[in-house]
Amino acid sequence: MKSINARDIHDSVRDMIMDACRILSDDVYIAFNKAHAEEDSPSAKEVLAQLIENADLARNTQLALCQDTGSAVFFVDYGEGVRIEGGNLEQVIADAMVEAYDKGFLRKSMCHPLTRKNTGDNTPPIIHSHVVPGDTLRIRFMAKGGGSENMSRVAMLKPAQGWPGIRDFVVRTMAEAGPNPCPPTVVGVGIGGTFDLAPTLAKKALFRPIGKHNPDPEIARMETELLAAINDLGIGPMGLGGKTTSLDVKVEMHPCHIASLPVAVNVQCHSSRTKEVVF
Amino acid sequence: MATYNLATPLREEDVTRLRAGDVVYLTGTIYTARDAAHKKLMEALDREEPLPFDLEGSVIYYVGPAPAPPGCAIGSAGPTTSGRMDTYAPRLHALGVKASIGKGKRTQEVRDALMAYKGVYFGATGGAGALLSQRITASEIIAYPELGPEAIRRLTVKDFPLLVVNDAHGEELYAKPNYKL
Ligand code: SF4
Repeated sequence: MKSINARDIHDSVRDMIMDACRILSDDVYIAFNKAHAEEDSPSAKEVLAQLIENADLARNTQLALCQDTGSAVFFVDYGEGVRIEGGNLEQVIADAMVEAYDKGFLRKSMCHPLTRKNTGDNTPPIIHSHVVPGDTLRIRFMAKGGGSENMSRVAMLKPAQGWPGIRDFVVRTMAEAGPNPCPPTVVGVGIGGTFDLAPTLAKKALFRPIGKHNPDPEIARMETELLAAINDLGIGPMGLGGKTTSLDVKVEMHPCHIASLPVAVNVQCHSSRTKEVVF
Repeated sequence: MATYNLATPLREEDVTRLRAGDVVYLTGTIYTARDAAHKKLMEALDREEPLPFDLEGSVIYYVGPAPAPPGCAIGSAGPTTSGRMDTYAPRLHALGVKASIGKGKRTQEVRDALMAYKGVYFGATGGAGALLSQRITASEIIAYPELGPEAIRRLTVKDFPLLVVNDAHGEELYAKPNYKL
């Protein structure tokens, strides 16, 4: 058994959230610079230059990268050998999130679905927990913006549609999204599982750093093919045309029912804000 | 593609000379409103109540800013997706609104309204909220404070950088995706 103090988790999660919303991770920052070097169109270059300047400014001030600091999404790998002293994990995460959104000058974006009344403190967080072997606790955070989330789609394809059907669904989703999700995007794709698992896989895929393929070479090939097809759309940064419609595509796959072929596309904007803490 | 420095309120001749792709640096007073504030504005219009600001020549910025850190007029403040305001925009243009600022595509109904009432749709760079906040020198909540980030704010902007996405002549700037939808 490994004991972890709830207060330590609280402080680390709070700091992780505040940093993630302000300090763009290296992989995304590098991808902006690479795209800036590769684009020929002046408007694409201008947008990417602004995004680089925006990231530099946020890093050196208390300003959030984007005003939409998102739904607070967490993926937790909870080692079965871990015991938390002095608190319940989901409550600790929720409390840390509230403190981070308050102290970090982050926007509170959660509301009642019908009355649209703001909950006022960005609660509730959305937490996916998995019990895993070992005595490690890993908490991953994503500030998930609404504009890109709104362009995400799930489909229950016919098994006969296979890879061409999947490919077309992903590319069509990004063509329909156009300029709305703040391209250049990062695209998470979940293939298989069930109606609920496919989007979760797609979201989880977005935590993988840009430039890092799925370790399965066959899935890595799919990622490369999808990225090329999406960038062939020519939507470009902020929809103004150009080579960089997406910075990367991440695919996660899972077995599914013999009758089904679920596919989910979770669209992430260029403000791809993720961070993790491990105990 | 031309570059213009414009001041609010916008006049018809300011708007009609703009073409999709032009760059505009806007200075003056603009008003924030997004989903919930638009709904309230519509309700006020239905009840024939006075609105919190004068629509004539006005510019509406679709934004829900982040809280202001110490020493800043406003927190991060980039545009939200405009499409959600499409159902409201034609009515506001008919009543004198000259421009909206957002990101993403508009419907044909909005584009028609821009032509009919001589309006323009500006794009600002989505996700560049920290950078855009630097061009906002003052911010004050003037209506619906209960809406939190969705309250209506009066913003003072200086050289706020914009692109003309949809002009008053039916043209659009966005690249057409290379895919048959
Ligand atoms: S889509 Fe992303 S970058 Fe664009 S406004 Fe929303 S959170 Fe910000």
